[in-house]
Amino acid sequence: MKRIALALFACCSIASADERRSGLLDMRPEAQAMQRDDSMNPGMLWVLDGEALWNRKPAPAMQSCADCHGDAAASMRGVAARYPAFDQASGAAFDLSGRIIQCREARQAGPPLARESHDLLALSSFVAHQSRGLPITPPEDTGIRAVRALGQSIYMTRMGQLDLSCGQCHDDHAGRRLAGSSIPQAHPTGYPIYRLEWQALGSLQRRLRGCMVGVRAEPFAYGSPEFIAIEAYLMERARGMEVETPAIRP
Amino acid sequence: MARVLLRVPTMTEKGSVIEIRALIQHVMETGYRPNAEGVLQARDIIWRFTCRYDGEVVFNAAFSPAIAANPFIAFTIIATQSGPVSFTWEGDNGFTQTETRHITVT
Repeated sequence: MKRIALALFACCSIASADERRSGLLDMRPEAQAMQRDDSMNPGMLWVLDGEALWNRKPAPAMQSCADCHGDAAASMRGVAARYPAFDQASGAAFDLSGRIIQCREARQAGPPLARESHDLLALSSFVAHQSRGLPITPPEDTGIRAVRALGQSIYMTRMGQLDLSCGQCHDDHAGRRLAGSSIPQAHPTGYPIYRLEWQALGSLQRRLRGCMVGVRAEPFAYGSPEFIAIEAYLMERARGMEVETPAIRP
Repeated sequence: MARVLLRVPTMTEKGSVIEIRALIQHVMETGYRPNAEGVLQARDIIWRFTCRYDGEVVFNAAFSPAIAANPFIAFTIIATQSGPVSFTWEGDNGFTQTETRHITVT
């Protein structure tokens, strides 16, 4: 009996792992083709801009990203699959964009990069693109575990005038429809994404703000610990799924 | 200079039908959207796209404000002879950009 129960448990856990699907598969075939072919994917415009920024010195006296990190294809491979990560020195978690901002200010001593600015999105998408096809592998240290737990609790908290939590749509009703749009499982596999609705590239935090405004809650600020915590939880939830950056979404 | 993604075959057989894809970075601001202060933002679109094959116009298109940002266009031409294929985008505020690729026809 015990053995059967164990076998059943194993089956169930495998089945639930298989049920996870990227939002890519929920799109119409034309939009999927747009993501899969780099000559049609407008997100590649930002990736190419990011590559140019990577190699350019922000000012003549300053170092470029490449001066320290070298060839991004080698040094940045797999990095986006590990973020957000906990930084022992500052005692806080950083998302990938936050790390780039911090590097620009502390190491390059250059002009700061604003959240959602073209340059930051270009650099983030270029760095994340180096991990395309790799499985998401969030770190396992105690610092990030605490951040992740905070993220999970925010994910489960009802908020806004509609009094809805993230999970009530994206766990309980994923795959169904909310008016005309399908409800995805909310796996952050391809950020920054080119969203057709935005007609531009945007970060996961911009996407989260969209959802928060949708339930009529006051969105968290860009770069806030709450957003980074949610991102850390979502990345854990998507552990093992492939990085798709730059993804296309409707 | 706007960034451009082009897909043009470099080598092909004479008489074959080849697909050309062109994607350009552009805001395609419609002229109908107010900004954060409530003031209409001036129109800024690409209004013409022209493809020349060995100097001759083989494809052109007129864009309107309804075309999305970063316009993508795909079309086919018949490979008749080796030569340059040039792509020109013209738009508001004196925007003009030309890219050229070479096709070798065997």
